Amino acid sequence: MSEIEARLAAGEVAGTGSNWEEIRTSLLRQADREGAIDLAYERHDTPFGTMVIVAGEGGILRIALAAEPETEVLTDLARRVSPRIGRTGRDALTDARRQLDDYFGGELRTFDLPLDWRLTRGFRREVLHETAAIPYGATASYAQMARQAGSPRAVRAAGSALATNPLPIVVPCHRVLRSDGAVGSYLGGSPMKESLLKMERERTAA
Amino acid sequence: MTGNRTHTEGPPPFETALEDHGPRLHAWLLARVGPSRADDVFQETMLAALAAWDRVPVQSVRAWLFTIARNKAIDEQRRDANRPRPEGEVDSWPSAEVAERLEDPVWDQVRELPEKQRIAVTLRFRGDLNHREIGTVMEISEAAARRNVFEGVKRLRERIEDE
Repeated sequence: MSEIEARLAAGEVAGTGSNWEEIRTSLLRQADREGAIDLAYERHDTPFGTMVIVAGEGGILRIALAAEPETEVLTDLARRVSPRIGRTGRDALTDARRQLDDYFGGELRTFDLPLDWRLTRGFRREVLHETAAIPYGATASYAQMARQAGSPRAVRAAGSALATNPLPIVVPCHRVLRSDGAVGSYLGGSPMKESLLKMERERTAA
Repeated sequence: MTGNRTHTEGPPPFETALEDHGPRLHAWLLARVGPSRADDVFQETMLAALAAWDRVPVQSVRAWLFTIARNKAIDEQRRDANRPRPEGEVDSWPSAEVAERLEDPVWDQVRELPEKQRIAVTLRFRGDLNHREIGTVMEISEAAARRNVFEGVKRLRERIEDE
């Protein structure tokens, strides 16, 4: 690059430390006011890393644990729901964030949030509905979930419904264990699952 | 190949495109309409893009966004032309504020370039677009885009060496 080219390319670019965040925020707020954003999301720091919480019209639609890369989550939602996705605050997100904080702090046992179940259907949705009813501090097995969802033999399908739970934590798939009592896998990793179960056990015993 | 895959896919998440291309788009608008109006024109551009997001050409999102920005900048310039201005003030860009904001008097020289060269040079160095994208935005061939950048830079160099 010649000297003149370097001079033309030098200097302020929004996003390299200037007021980009302000510009971005104000744009998305306006877009959301105008109803142009279908899916609003926020990043949320938790003891288990940064999660992504997504709200649709009907409520919380997706919670992504830290293990899931944000770009992949967004790209998947763009394809399955709508590409009009923006990182901007909404009341539903504020509520969800507060409740998640309280849950991780051991202060909240039951989530009270409007949920948008659009990302799951059929048998999988039945399994997740049943999972949502497992009380704080309790556990169930994959076989039980399959049975309660109406297909006792579909244990493996129940497992995959839980593995693709779009609303982890709020729909407590971490409370479902293998029939032999082993913790089983978890999208956020087995240590996270164990740690959540331990916290719930301790809080229930107390 | 990635190219083929993206072709069959729908529009990318708006947020991803905003993060990927927004800063450079804003940087270009800063040169084009001046620091005081760049934020507003940027917002207008992105809202218009969002309204048409279902039709975004997935292979050339960036050039598409800059094309919208270019049109919004022209609208803004027309609106601005109607405002009363001090006698003798020329309706041209980059405005004097730009040289100040970017801390380089070269931007006052850019103002003296022919319109096409100004657009090409700013799209290249503020927008960071390649020649093909510049051609798309300006509705000229890639070769013509390259020529406009080249001639613009050459002219700037001559002027600065003359000083």
